Amino acid sequence: MITIEDIHYSYASNIEALKGVSLTINDGDFIAIMGQNGAGKTTFIKHFNGLLKPTSGIVRVNGVETTKTSVAALARNIGFVFQNPDNQLFSETVEDEIVFALKNFGFDKETIEQRVVWALDFLSLTQYRKTSPFLLSGGERKRVALASVLAWDPNTLVLDEPTIGQDHEQKEKLQQFIMQLQSKKKTVVMVTHDVEFVAECNPRIILMRDGKIVADGIAKDILTNSKLLEESSIVLPQIAQIFTKLCPLGLPANVINMDEAETTILSHVKKEGE
Amino acid sequence: MSVFDGLKFRKVFSPIHNLDPRIKFIYVIAIFISAILFHQILPLAILFLIQLPFVFMARVQKQWVKSLRGAAFLASFIFIINILTKFFYNNWTLTAFDIESALGMTMRFIVLVESFSVFFLTTSPDHLGLALEQSRIPYEFAFAFTTAVRFVPVLAEEAQTIMDAQKARGLELEKGNLLKRIRNYIPILIPLIVSAIRRSLELAEAMESRAWGAAKKRTNLYLLKLHKGDYILIGITTIVLIITIYVRLFLFNSIPLISSFFF
Amino acid sequence: MTIIKISDLVYTYPGASKPSIDGLSLNIEKGEFVLITGPSGCGKTSLCRTFNGLIPHFYQGVLKGQIIVAGQDVTDKQTFEMAKHVGLVFQNPENQLFALSVEKDVAFGLENLGMPRAEMRKRVDWALNLAGIYDLRERSPHEVSGGQQQRVAIASVLAMQPEIIVLDEPTSFLDPLSAERIFEVIYKLNQEQGITVVLVEHRLDLTAKYTNHLVVMDKGKICFEGNPRDILCNEEISRIGVGIPKATLLYKRLKAAGFDVNMQTPLSSDELAEQLLKVLDV
Repeated sequence: MITIEDIHYSYASNIEALKGVSLTINDGDFIAIMGQNGAGKTTFIKHFNGLLKPTSGIVRVNGVETTKTSVAALARNIGFVFQNPDNQLFSETVEDEIVFALKNFGFDKETIEQRVVWALDFLSLTQYRKTSPFLLSGGERKRVALASVLAWDPNTLVLDEPTIGQDHEQKEKLQQFIMQLQSKKKTVVMVTHDVEFVAECNPRIILMRDGKIVADGIAKDILTNSKLLEESSIVLPQIAQIFTKLCPLGLPANVINMDEAETTILSHVKKEGE
Repeated sequence: MSVFDGLKFRKVFSPIHNLDPRIKFIYVIAIFISAILFHQILPLAILFLIQLPFVFMARVQKQWVKSLRGAAFLASFIFIINILTKFFYNNWTLTAFDIESALGMTMRFIVLVESFSVFFLTTSPDHLGLALEQSRIPYEFAFAFTTAVRFVPVLAEEAQTIMDAQKARGLELEKGNLLKRIRNYIPILIPLIVSAIRRSLELAEAMESRAWGAAKKRTNLYLLKLHKGDYILIGITTIVLIITIYVRLFLFNSIPLISSFFF
Repeated sequence: MTIIKISDLVYTYPGASKPSIDGLSLNIEKGEFVLITGPSGCGKTSLCRTFNGLIPHFYQGVLKGQIIVAGQDVTDKQTFEMAKHVGLVFQNPENQLFALSVEKDVAFGLENLGMPRAEMRKRVDWALNLAGIYDLRERSPHEVSGGQQQRVAIASVLAMQPEIIVLDEPTSFLDPLSAERIFEVIYKLNQEQGITVVLVEHRLDLTAKYTNHLVVMDKGKICFEGNPRDILCNEEISRIGVGIPKATLLYKRLKAAGFDVNMQTPLSSDELAEQLLKVLDV
């Protein structure tokens, strides 16, 4: 559990990036943090594992204040996957890349072997175990980065812009993968611009603007609130766009994903037919 | 963030910032030569003082003091070494004259630091790049300079991100003995180097696509022209040089020593 | 008039075991807006690089077949000669800007061509205005957003007044709203300036409506080519892993479930919503 109480954060240049943010993230939550560039999203999530310490206010991870412990100790519980896998890959083989963090956290040899095998399998990378990560494609490198974090089995996974630069198929894989983590009761927090991806994943949404949280709620409510989204320069997901226009038919306006769209329209057609 | 905060250049406008960097550079060289020609405190103090108006007109006092403070360690080092050698050669005695000449050497160093810091504090990198482009040195060098300035903040930001990413995987930079600590930087250096190489390839590709090397003689969007201020600075530089040469040739031995006022 | 003519192109990068482009033929007419899509690694980036001769001149490797672009045989011409005809905009906006101010970057190509200063000034201002970034001209590229950086990149190839602009996933690092603005700029260039546009994208939801010439690539080959309305309703297309617009997908699913809206395949939410309103509003 992560509790954040009224945190402020200023960079050395005296720009206040966070202006009083409070939030409680419970175990097993699935959260998407959205908002335009400069809203403070990345600054915010960097407080979860102590990469940044608040200028004022308190961040507690499982009851421990982040100012009173190290990034390494916090990272044991909170896995952080950065936007660009190339910012972390450095090993000669995919296997070594995964072993790196496990060694840092002081796991024993047997456990390391076990975890490596498991992580490679979970992200379908087993065939690349001895390959250099630099020879893999963009999507595969992203999966190596994910595997290298998942391997130590953190309770919470923080993903920064996971869909950027990914094609359709890779996004679908990513979605399945997040759903699997959810079913294992892991906490997942992602920062993203990708409304379509969020609409399909259906998380709780935290909308940030200008260093503050301006909305916190379920995807269905927030992604159909065109006024709120417009203020954050976010476009409505396509399905929501269609249903906003279908209002005169008496259909619900808060439909955001494909499956629901299909059943809603078909049941409406059936009713009309009768 | 703090790492690259200081590296970002900001555009400031002042009569000194607007001067042609080429002329400013010639001025700095003139001061440099003058400082080397004298070892007495009096002329060096004058050289030190005549630059102060530049500092105030450019409103860079704060940064200027900072750069002098940075040089203070080296300056005191020069002073001590001078004193010690004098002390040693004069059979363990020290005269007022010795102290003065050690102070003179230190003063010379401070004047040099001062003039260069005024130059770099008041010349924006794009202005400097432009001056390089329009001087006779090959364009490739000027291009390398501006591209370096352009990408320093980008790389600094990237280095910070890489450090964050590895720390988030449990890397502790400050852990272990010296050797271990150096090894701790490998996970940071490798991604940084790989990305710099990738970046340079992409840059080369973009340059090629924009007709790099098409014409033998490149043209330039901007033209550096000399303004009134530049002519004034040329005048000042000439006067400084004339006085320096005159004093050096004809009055060098009659420059009074500060210590002679006391004894 | 055919402005790009590619016949039986096979290209292998130096040291690679498999060709990246594997027997590809494509004709593009002057003034067209062509959209190329396909999963990552399908060869679309390599194809872009052949248009101005980066392949084979910069990348070396083995090239077979013929590419004629704007009447020039690409294999004979240097990239800097092709640059006057073809402007390339790349994926990462950050790595294609080298100058310390926006307008200096836009001028870069013209400076290389040795254009006189007065004419260059006019061209630079013209390009800045078309890309909608005239107000940013004195900023440093580091100070502007990713979307703005990408518009600087577009302006900087535009300044050379090429007949063709090729954009390789120009929005993959941008948020949807900035992406939409980029597409609007590109569409305007195509419509108002008559510039031939080749756009590589996987965001079909935002771009399919601009084109009637869609090219779908997979494994170095073209597997579909034609009107997006015909191609996107094809069942085969989902197997390749192309991001079909949600509106098109919903239309297909409704049709499969027995509810046929009885229209041409919709490419945007607006089209589908309008048609649904017509059919359902009794």
